[in-house]
Amino acid sequence: MDRDGGTRIALAVFAAQLRDRPLRLVVAIVAIALGIALTAGVYLLNESALAEFGRATRELAGTADLAVRGGRGGFPEELYAELARRPEVRVASPVVEREVSLAAGGTLPVRGIDPFVAGALQPALYASLARHLLTLLEPDAIALSARAAAELRVGRGGVLAVRVAEDVRRLRVVVVLPEGVYAGRLGIMDIGSAQWTLGALGRLDRIDLALAPGVDAGRFRATLPLPAGVDAVTPAMEEGRATSLTRAYRVNLDMLALVALLTGAFLVFASQALALLRRRQQLALLRALGVRRFEVRLAVLAEAALVGAAGGALGTALGWLVARGVLATLGADLGAGLFDSAAVPVVASPLLLAAFVGLGVLVAVAGAWLPAARAAAAPPARALRAGDAGSPGEADASPWLAVALLAAGSGCAFGPPVRGLPLFGYASIALLLLGAVLLVPAFAGRALAWLPPPRRPLPALVLAKLREGIAQSAVSLAAIVVSFSLMVAMAIMVHSFRDSFDRWLGEVLPADLYLRIGPASDTSYLTAGDAALLATLPGVARAELRRSLTVSLAPERPPVTLIARPLAGAAAGLPLVERASNPDPALPFAYVSEGMRDLYGAVPGAVLELPIGGVARRFVVAGVWRDYARSNGTVVIERSTFEALAGEQRYSEGGVWLLPRATVAAVADRIRTALRIGPALQLVAAGDLKRRSLAAFDRAFAITYALEAVAVGIGLLGVGFAFAMQALARRAEFGMLRHVGLRRRDVVAMLSGEGALLGAVGAGYGLLVGAVLSLVLVYTVNRQSFHWSLDYVVPLGQLGLIALVLVASSALTACLAGRLATGDSAVRAVREDW
Amino acid sequence: MRGLAGATLALSAALGVAAAAARAGDLAEYPAVTPAAAVSLPADAGAHPDFRIEWWYVTGWLETASRQPRGFQLTFFRIRPAAGRDNPSALAAHQLLIAHAAVSDPARGRLRYGERIARQGLGLAAAEQGRLAVHVRDWVLEERDGALTAVVHAEGFAFELTLEPAGPPLLNGARGYSQKGPSPASASLYYSLPQLRVRGRLVRDGRAEDVTGSAWLDHEWSSSYLDAESVGWDWIGLNLTDGGALMAFRIRDAQGRARWAGGTLRSADGATRALAPSEIEFVPGRRWHSVQDDADYPVEWQVRAGPMGFALAPLMDDQVSDSRLTTGAVYWEGAVEARTAGRLIGRGYLELTGYGERLTLGEPQER
Repeated sequence: MDRDGGTRIALAVFAAQLRDRPLRLVVAIVAIALGIALTAGVYLLNESALAEFGRATRELAGTADLAVRGGRGGFPEELYAELARRPEVRVASPVVEREVSLAAGGTLPVRGIDPFVAGALQPALYASLARHLLTLLEPDAIALSARAAAELRVGRGGVLAVRVAEDVRRLRVVVVLPEGVYAGRLGIMDIGSAQWTLGALGRLDRIDLALAPGVDAGRFRATLPLPAGVDAVTPAMEEGRATSLTRAYRVNLDMLALVALLTGAFLVFASQALALLRRRQQLALLRALGVRRFEVRLAVLAEAALVGAAGGALGTALGWLVARGVLATLGADLGAGLFDSAAVPVVASPLLLAAFVGLGVLVAVAGAWLPAARAAAAPPARALRAGDAGSPGEADASPWLAVALLAAGSGCAFGPPVRGLPLFGYASIALLLLGAVLLVPAFAGRALAWLPPPRRPLPALVLAKLREGIAQSAVSLAAIVVSFSLMVAMAIMVHSFRDSFDRWLGEVLPADLYLRIGPASDTSYLTAGDAALLATLPGVARAELRRSLTVSLAPERPPVTLIARPLAGAAAGLPLVERASNPDPALPFAYVSEGMRDLYGAVPGAVLELPIGGVARRFVVAGVWRDYARSNGTVVIERSTFEALAGEQRYSEGGVWLLPRATVAAVADRIRTALRIGPALQLVAAGDLKRRSLAAFDRAFAITYALEAVAVGIGLLGVGFAFAMQALARRAEFGMLRHVGLRRRDVVAMLSGEGALLGAVGAGYGLLVGAVLSLVLVYTVNRQSFHWSLDYVVPLGQLGLIALVLVASSALTACLAGRLATGDSAVRAVREDW
Repeated sequence: MRGLAGATLALSAALGVAAAAARAGDLAEYPAVTPAAAVSLPADAGAHPDFRIEWWYVTGWLETASRQPRGFQLTFFRIRPAAGRDNPSALAAHQLLIAHAAVSDPARGRLRYGERIARQGLGLAAAEQGRLAVHVRDWVLEERDGALTAVVHAEGFAFELTLEPAGPPLLNGARGYSQKGPSPASASLYYSLPQLRVRGRLVRDGRAEDVTGSAWLDHEWSSSYLDAESVGWDWIGLNLTDGGALMAFRIRDAQGRARWAGGTLRSADGATRALAPSEIEFVPGRRWHSVQDDADYPVEWQVRAGPMGFALAPLMDDQVSDSRLTTGAVYWEGAVEARTAGRLIGRGYLELTGYGERLTLGEPQER
C-alpha cells in the first residue's frame, strides 16, 4: 500500500467515525467553543476598554510631548508663565481640570483651556471650537461633548447649573461637540472663565507642552523647576499610569478565561482518549491492513484540528457577541466602576479573530496529541484481541514528575511581583494544578483502596468496577479536578475577601450617618462654618469632617489618596495591621495603607514626604492600615496638621454621630436644610453605605463567578461524556450482567453509584487541591495585584454545597449515560462483541 | 485703515456686547471716537486698551543683496472682548493680541504666512500703554530711541528688522480723526509713519540674508468702525519715489459701490493735506481668482487721488492671507507698484477686504 493510499484510508475511516458519532463531536466542539468564547470575550472586552481609555487619554493629551500636572487643587499659574517663556517650549497650553458639581446632582469633568493654544496641541478635540472662539470667551460659556449634552439633556443654547462652593452658577451651553470627537463626558470652558467661575483663581491643574524641534522630552523634564507634588509626564507615562489602575483586574479576568480554555483542552483530551480507546480494534485493523503509525496519528490529529477549528470559529463568534453585549450593557469595566465611558465599540482586527480560531485548533490538537501517540503506538495484535479495553493512562508519568511540579509550584508561590503583576503566583497555580492532575490516578486509586468493601453485592460491584477501571476514569476525573479545584480556590478567596471587607466596613464606618459632596467634586466643599453648624444641630452628638485629595508621589504611578481627618486614640480609628514601635516624635504622624507600604516602601518608622501646598513635607509612618477602597495607596494624616500646612479649611466628606434618641432620617433632613447645598450633598446612613458597598463588591465578583461556573460546566460536560463513552464501551458487560439476572435499573443504579463515587473522589481531591490553590490566591496573587491583605476564611457550607452538587450531577450524568447504554436489548449487546 | 481680520473680531466683539448686554444688562462701555478727538504723539503710540479694537500694521518692500524684491507685513491686532470684564483671573481674556506676518516672494508665487494669537497677561503677550511695545511671545514690534524693531519667528520664515522714520508722523483725516462712513460715528483715530527706512535680516527656509527697503506703519484704534451697510474696503499706502507719501481708501457696499472714501497726501516738500471723498476714485482692473476663499480679487487698479492718477500692479498675484485659524478671515494684502504713464512713482501695499465671504463672518452671529 502506498503512503497516500494509507493516509486516505485512515482519513476515510475517521471521517466515517465523525459521521456516525455526531454527539461526541458536538460535545468536543462545544467544549472548545465555550473555552474560546470566554477567552476571546474577556480579551476583546479588555482590549476594547483599553483602546477606548487610550483614545480618550490621547485625545486629551493630543500632540503634547509633556504634561505638567499636580494632584487635586493644582499648582500656581506662575509656573505656566515660566514654562511658556522657556526657549525649549514651542507651545504651552494651560489647563484647569475640575470635577464640577452639578446643581441637579452628579458631577461633570470640565476642562478650562486657552482655545488659542490648545487647538494647536489637541486639534481633534478643539477643531470644532475654532469658529466659536469668541463665544467661548464669555465667562458663562461652556462647550459640551456630545455624550455630556445627551446625558445632561441640554443642547446648544441651554443652561447648565453648576454648584461652586455655596453658589449655584448658570453656564450657557454655546457649543455641543460633534459625535465622535470625544466619547466621554466633558465640558470645555475658557481658562479665564473656568478659573473664575469654578473657584480656581490663580491655579492650574495641568500644562500641556509641545517642545521645540530637537528638544528631548526626557532630558527637558529633568530640568524643570517643579514644585513638590507636581510632575511632568510624557503621554506614554500618562497612559501607562491610567491603564495600570485596572491592570490587575484585567489580568485576573484573563487568567480566569484561560482556566476555562484549559479545562476545554482537558475535555478534548479526555474525549479523544476515550474515543480512541473504544476504537482500538478498528485502529488495530487499520494498522494490520498496512496503514502506518504516523498515518493513524495524523488522522487523529486532523480530526482534532477539525473539531478545534469548528469550536474555535463558534467560540470566537460567541466571544465577540458576549464582548459586545457586555460593553453595551455594563460598560468597559464590567460594571466595576473603573472606567467612565459608554457605548464602547468592540475593537477586533480580522487577524486577532483568526488568532482565536487558531487557538481553538491549537488547544484541540494539543489535547489530542497524547491519545494520538498512544493510538499509533498500540501493538495491533494485542489491541485486536476482543475485550481488551486497555487504559488511556497506562503509560503514566512517574510520580516524581508530579512531585517536582508540586515543589516548583510551591516555590513559585513565594516569588515577588513582576512589573506589578503576580506572575509567579499564576505560575505557581499552573504548576500546582498540573502536578495535582498527574497525581489524580494515584490519589483516586488510594482513595478507593482505602474504602472498606461493602457487604451488599451491588455496591461491592460498583467499587470493584471502579477500582479496576481507575486508570480510565482518571482522565475524566482530571478534567473535573482542574475546574472544580479552581472554583474552590476562587470561592475561598472571594469569601475571605468578602468576610474581611465586611468586617473592615464596620471598622471604617463607625459613625451613624455619612455626608459627602460629589462624588469627587472639585468645586463643592464644606467649610469650618459648616462643621460648627453641624455640631449644633439637634440630634447630633458629634460631627467629624475630613478632607480627601489626591497627590502624585511618583510620575509613573496613579496618584495616592491623602485623607486629613482627626486622628484619635492609639489606633487612630483605623484598621491597623502594623504599627511603628518607636516613631520619630518630632515629625507628624502618617498612617499609610498596605498599598503605600508595598508600592512606596512606606514601612512603619520610615520618613514619608508628602506634597502639601506645593511643598514637600516630612511625615513619619506611624502605622499601616488596611484599605480595601483604594489599591493605589492611601495616606491618613491629622487634619489640623494638614490645615496648618496647606493654609485652608475645606472638607469634602464627614461622619455624624447621633444622640441616642435621634433618627437618621430626621437628622439627615436637618443637615440638608442647614447646609443648603442641594442634591450635590449625599447623606447616607452607615448601614446603607455598608449594604451598598457589599452590593458593589458582589457585582464586581459576579463576572468571576460566571466565568468559574462556565469552567465547571465544561468539566461536568466532560464527566458526563466520559461516562457515556464508558457505558457504551461496557455494553457487552451490561449484557452479561443482565444474563446473570440483574435488572436494567440495577445496572443503571450501579452506573449511577459509580458516577457518584467518582464524583465524590473528584470533589474530595478538588477540595484539597483548591484549598492549596486558594492559599496562593489569597496570600500571593491577591496581595500582589491589589496590595491588601485578607483574613483567610473557608466557606465550609458553600464548599460542601458545591461538592454535593458536583457529586449529584456526576451521578446524574452517569445515570443518563447508563440509560442510554442499556436501552438496547441485552442479547444484541452481547452479540455485538462476539 | 487696516485689518479685515481685526474688523471681523471687532464686529464679533460688538455683537458679543449686544448679547451680553441683553443677558446681563451690563452694557459694556467702549469709548467712542468723535470728530473732536485727535491723535497726540508720542503718547498715542502705545495701546488704547479701553477701545474695542486697535492695530499696528507694518508693510513694506525689501530688497535682498542680489536686488530681489520682497514684500513683508507684520500686524498686531488688539481686541477688547465685551464680556467678562470683572473677571479677576490673570488668564482672563480681557485683551486679545493677534499677530499676522507674511513675506511676499515672487519666486515662490505664494505668501509665506504665519500668525500668533494670545490673551494679554502673565507677561506672555502685551500691548504697552504710552509707547509702542507689543509682543505675542517672541513676536515683537517695539519702538526704542526713535527706531522700531520688528521681530517674527514663523514656520518657514523669520525676520528681524529695524525701521527708522524719515519724517514726522502723518495724521490722517482731521488731526487723526478718520471718518469711515457717511456717519461721523463710524471713525477711527489713525496715524501713519510713511517712508520708514528698513534694514535687517530675512530668513527663509533657514537661509538668512541681509535686506534693506522702505516700509509704512499704520496705527489705528476705534470702537465702531464699519456701519451695517459696508462690506469691505480697498486701501493703499504708498511711499512715493520723490519722498512723499499717499494713503487712500474707499469703503464698499454690498454692490461694490463706494460708500465712503478718504486719504492723505504728503508731497515731497512735506506739505500734507487730507483728501475729500470726492477726490478719490478706485477703478478695478484685472481680476485674479483665489481658490482659498473662492473670491475674485481685482489685483490691478487705476487710482485717482487728489492731483495724482496712477496704475497699481502687484508684486505677485497670490498675496492672500488666510487667517481662518485665528480670526476666521481671508483677505488680500500685498505689495504693489504705482506707475504713471509707465514711470514708477511709488511702492507700497494694497489691501482688499470683503471680496470673499462677507465681512460679518465672526461666529457670534450664529447664536
